[in-house]
Amino acid sequence: MVPMLEQTEVVTAGLVPDPMLPLPYRIQRVKQETADTFTLEILPEDSSQRFSFAPGQFNMLYVFGVGEVPISISSDPGNVPLLKHTTRVVGTVTKAMRQLKRGEVMGIRGPFGSHWPVEEATGRDVVIVAGGIGLAPLRPALYRLMAERDKFRRIVLLYGTRTPEDMLYRHELERWRGKFDLEIQVTVDRAASNWRGNVGVVTTMIGRAPFDPSNTLAMLCGPEIMMRFTVMELLKRGVAAERVYLSAERNMKCGIGFCGHCQYGPTFVCKDGPVFALPSIAAILGKSEI
Amino acid sequence: MIVPTLLAKTAEPSHVGDSFVVEREHLEQLLQALVSRGYEVVGPTLRDGAIVYDHLTSTADLPSGWTDEQSGGTYRLKRRQDQALFGYAVGPHSWKKFLCPPLQRLWQAARNGKGLRILPEEERAAPKYAFFGVRACELNAIAIQDKVFLEGQFVDPGYKARREDLSVVAVNCGRAGGTCFCASMNAGPKAASGFDLALTELLQDGRHYFLVELGSTRGAEILSRVPHQPANEADKQHAERILDHTTRHMGRQLETLGIKELLYRNYEHPRWDNVTQRCLTCANCTIVCPTCFCTTVEDVTDLTGEHAERWRRWDSCFTVDFSYIHGGSVRASPRSRYRQWMTHKLATWIDQFGVSGCVGCGRCITWCPVGIDITVEAGAIRASDSIKAPADQSEDSP
Repeated sequence: MVPMLEQTEVVTAGLVPDPMLPLPYRIQRVKQETADTFTLEILPEDSSQRFSFAPGQFNMLYVFGVGEVPISISSDPGNVPLLKHTTRVVGTVTKAMRQLKRGEVMGIRGPFGSHWPVEEATGRDVVIVAGGIGLAPLRPALYRLMAERDKFRRIVLLYGTRTPEDMLYRHELERWRGKFDLEIQVTVDRAASNWRGNVGVVTTMIGRAPFDPSNTLAMLCGPEIMMRFTVMELLKRGVAAERVYLSAERNMKCGIGFCGHCQYGPTFVCKDGPVFALPSIAAILGKSEI
Repeated sequence: MIVPTLLAKTAEPSHVGDSFVVEREHLEQLLQALVSRGYEVVGPTLRDGAIVYDHLTSTADLPSGWTDEQSGGTYRLKRRQDQALFGYAVGPHSWKKFLCPPLQRLWQAARNGKGLRILPEEERAAPKYAFFGVRACELNAIAIQDKVFLEGQFVDPGYKARREDLSVVAVNCGRAGGTCFCASMNAGPKAASGFDLALTELLQDGRHYFLVELGSTRGAEILSRVPHQPANEADKQHAERILDHTTRHMGRQLETLGIKELLYRNYEHPRWDNVTQRCLTCANCTIVCPTCFCTTVEDVTDLTGEHAERWRRWDSCFTVDFSYIHGGSVRASPRSRYRQWMTHKLATWIDQFGVSGCVGCGRCITWCPVGIDITVEAGAIRASDSIKAPADQSEDSP
């Protein structure tokens, strides 16, 4: 079993002399997840390349001649050096990324940023609230929680997507749910009549989800508005603010604190985040255009 | 008139903080001492109707006898009555263009079948710069950029190489410009640290000379090549009087007491709407600012598609693209972009780097095409602080 990583252990500065230089990784598989999302599975060209990451961290992915984008790592931190990145086709770089084929090579810099406090969840209930593609950065945390299942009390995943067809990692979720030690509730914004599950926003599930608010750690990732209302519901149920963690998203050009693009109030999402404890951003959460 | 004593070496060993006197006619030897030690000397010179920073081959390249008039949106050169070499305030350039170049290739890449080869920039010898005529505010600005590029978790190797070899001849300001407020920001007008030599230009009774303060052993070595003599009390007092005068005649003032908390509680102040009526979001203020460090990257390919490069260039938080993520820009409105810039300079910077991001050089005021003045904008918010500070000011976080 891979030991828990503290943030200081995953610093790449010592390994890569120039933190702006990507390293070549070869694509093992391109998997279509939903209509507009796909997962790249990659391995380092240099098999001696050491790579470890903590759940919630991200890499900068470079497509030759096109550009570079920050994407969260969505694979199992216990199964490196294989890396998986799930992303949506939204811009020039992700469109080009979707065209890549098995055997082609891309550039990787990372891992960067803060991580989910899995260790801090020991002995507590864990509530994971994901919206849409927000499940991707949370999956490494789920792997870690499931790998050491005994260390935690109840684990609840509340997952909201636009439609049932937009659900990520469906087979994996079904398999996990089948183990009876993970409570998974899914809701969708809209569905055809054959959908028997929940319809509505993910925040409505928090009030009746099975967890003990006095001893719960929450991890949130999704659209900012979803996270803001989720926070309100969690606090309303009595979850301590300092045990609520959120993953933020901003434009990034470097990932290492040089370019200034990812500023979010007094923080840099690339190095202070992407995972933040709620109190560190509570004053700006929900303020528009920060 | 005092006849300078020619000294090959000082009689006694000199120490950091010691002061000497160098006559105007021997300043050339100081500059040439830098040249002969392999430095590329850059400093103020006249070009295109402004005092800019560029290559200097001799002190004749300095803007002798020139000064400037600066106010919001205005910069004009004017003749002085004397031949002072440093009788002006800062111009549109700052030293960041040498330490963090506006355009820089980071690496090249070659397609290699299905593969990809990243080619780091060859270890070209980084230019060994000597900055000649650095003002106190600018020394502070360099120290602030050091925090970004050298003192975080990651180090920018290019910046590090250029910075390590840098030699600095500072100049204490004998005159404050119309938009200067370094005294408010505790960043001038006297250079406190970060230099090899610091000059104070003195003109009195037909004599033109410099009080030279030693800032480092390298400074002492350079000075040893130049005729100089120990400064006497009268010289030191003369320099002090000049700096006092400069301090008392700042063109602008900015109250910094509790400014971080002030701006944190005024994200929704109506003044942001007011300034938006004037701000063109042209990005001039960020480009002339000596501490603004934001950059973007551009990926380019040649016509064959087999060769790619990544370039880094200066960027500005005033552009719409700056905050673009899928679906749109986070800061789509000009109001939010001006608020981001000013709040970063004066407030969030303190949380990020432990110091203000503003050194009071006044460039953003002078070079704003519509004359928006950061001291006026901050003052307006303070004058109508929407939420009065609680009696207990001990709170340190937003």
